[in-house]
Amino acid sequence: MSISDVAIAVPVRTRVRRHWLRPERVKELSLVAVLGVAFVVFSLVVDDYLSSRFISRLLIAISITAVLAAGEAIVIITRNIDLSIGAIVGVSAYLTAEFLASHQGLPAVLAVMMAVAIGVVLGLVNGVLVAFAKVPSIIVTLGTLAIFRSLLVNHAGGKTISTGDLPQWLVDMPSSTLFTIGDYEVRTMFVMALVIVVVLQLVLQYTRGGRHLYAVGSNPEAARQAGLRSKRVLLLAFVVAGGLAGFAGFLFVARFGTINVTAGSGLELAAIAAAVVGGVSTLGGSGTVVGAFLGAVLIAVLDQSLVRVEQISEFWRDAILGALIVLAVLLDVALGRRLRARAREEIVSEAGRESSASSAIPQGATHG
Amino acid sequence: MGEPSESSSERTMQSGEWAWKNTWNLLLGAVLLATVIFNVTQSSGYLSVDNFVNLFELHIEKVIVVVTMTFVIIAGEIDLSVAAVMAWSAAVLAALHENGVPLAAAIVVALAASGVVGLIHGFLIARVGLPSLVVTLAGLIGWRGAARVLVEDRSIGDFPGWFDRLGQQDLIGPLPLAVVIFIVLFAVGWVVLDRTATGRVLYVIGDNADVARYSAVNVVRIRFGLFLASSLAAGLAGVLFAARLGTVRGDLATGFELEIITIVLLGGVSIFGGSGRMSGVALAVLIVLNLRNGFGLANVGGNTQTGVIGAILIGSVLARNAIDRLHGRVRSPRSRPPGSAVTASTEPAGI
Repeated sequence: MSISDVAIAVPVRTRVRRHWLRPERVKELSLVAVLGVAFVVFSLVVDDYLSSRFISRLLIAISITAVLAAGEAIVIITRNIDLSIGAIVGVSAYLTAEFLASHQGLPAVLAVMMAVAIGVVLGLVNGVLVAFAKVPSIIVTLGTLAIFRSLLVNHAGGKTISTGDLPQWLVDMPSSTLFTIGDYEVRTMFVMALVIVVVLQLVLQYTRGGRHLYAVGSNPEAARQAGLRSKRVLLLAFVVAGGLAGFAGFLFVARFGTINVTAGSGLELAAIAAAVVGGVSTLGGSGTVVGAFLGAVLIAVLDQSLVRVEQISEFWRDAILGALIVLAVLLDVALGRRLRARAREEIVSEAGRESSASSAIPQGATHG
Repeated sequence: MGEPSESSSERTMQSGEWAWKNTWNLLLGAVLLATVIFNVTQSSGYLSVDNFVNLFELHIEKVIVVVTMTFVIIAGEIDLSVAAVMAWSAAVLAALHENGVPLAAAIVVALAASGVVGLIHGFLIARVGLPSLVVTLAGLIGWRGAARVLVEDRSIGDFPGWFDRLGQQDLIGPLPLAVVIFIVLFAVGWVVLDRTATGRVLYVIGDNADVARYSAVNVVRIRFGLFLASSLAAGLAGVLFAARLGTVRGDLATGFELEIITIVLLGGVSIFGGSGRMSGVALAVLIVLNLRNGFGLANVGGNTQTGVIGAILIGSVLARNAIDRLHGRVRSPRSRPPGSAVTASTEPAGI
């Protein structure tokens, strides 16, 4: 038994055993707790904090960040990062709005498809460079972040597309409500984002392709030796992240109406923060889309609430986010170390049971 | 089992390294020559000393940080927070000045504030073992946020005359203070990297941190020092930037990390750590500065320039990969992502 077999066996065994407190659960639960505390604190200092107008605004704000965070989570799970999705949102939002302005009669479905397609193409550029040209994702996406934005600025030439240029159905979309719970209106855009999150979560959890993302992220070398087509998996991750960013671009047009060339800049940082705070491990191979969604909720809550707190300036948001990311990563590393130690004990004891002549003690093999 | 293959691979690596370094610096030299020739044909006063100094002055804050970034990347790490730390130290300076603190004291505190950043990053990366990519990405968000908390959406200026003069006036001959600081820093960096034990150790850590550790190198201390130096350089650059501009805003230096990292990688420093030379980085600094100048002469806007810098960033790593493959020393990037201190040591040792 070689070291790579052991490495691959670890996640499989821990999944089969289903510890009631797996790291993902711990992280998601602690985030829910943080969210609860935030809501309590904010409602204590802000009068009429949970008004229905506030909830509506919050749901719209969550929808864009959540879609982006889902894409970022998928990329981070493969042990990569995508800094370009903010720029992709900008390109997709601007081009879609521009096209709609001159083609008012375009069906909504085609508008969405156009936005997604733009994102997919840009994601493909990232994916090819990372997977096939073997340039680290941080470099590729730092570069394409600048390139995409620069191409957009040259294309737009400083023009701004405003609400008046857009078809009415799109302008009405943010206020469209699917159903109401008591006083609270559940916005259609939020439900769209929620559906995406749930579908992606199921795909990642239960399909072969989804599991491959985790395999490639947790141990690229072992995944390759196990015969996974790692390059394709990586390419797919960047294409999906691009497509989701394209869709977020569509939501961006709907939410703001007025689109200029700076649309979406900085959103990549919010998405990364959401994913990491939501428990997606930056070491690859672990994390959930639902966790990233919770992270997006937290960011939107901070964003929308700090403005209403008189005692604190709204400029605290990013400083708080930076600290939260570090805390999340610290928690991640601490949990990871405990889990690895436990998995190692289990493998050793099981290997001992199965055959006394086993040499599959990972501790010894790493230094061999 | 490993010994014979190890020594032979070492030999090919050395000859590959030699050939590759020459290929790369020759390429850089050719590109530099081309940009200079283009600039000379565009503008008659191009080859004057004043213009050359001016070239440096316009981007001096970035090239100061290039020196420490070279060290960081050679050691196999990355620091994405530098631009945010520039804004943070400038914001501390501005906020103190606004509240009536004497500027000299404010400068000292601003530099100390960037030192604190370095200590925090160093602690998290070197001691706790978090990946530098994530810590400094959090830093990119967080320190920019901290700067915003201090200056909000205001623009703080009105510094005493001596501070403005410090940023703009010539100090030695035609050279302003910032350029003098850069030259000194670059020279010291070159000597440290090429001629000292610490320099050699950086390469070893970047190449294989485990080997360094087993060779009794204090990896923790070196990494700690790296991020402290990186933040201090960024803090210094932030103060100099404030002096040159005369005002401080929350979005000061936004996006500078792109150009800083681009120059280092264009200079032939491997993003995977363990190789690169100051001579290459010096050529890359000259290329990017001349390119910027040439774009200005040809009326290419700042936005397009940023796009080109992004393309150069990706292009340098692509070209390096291609040359590496030519010399038969392919290293899989994903086996060692930059700044992955934690994963690097848990990898299979090569079966």
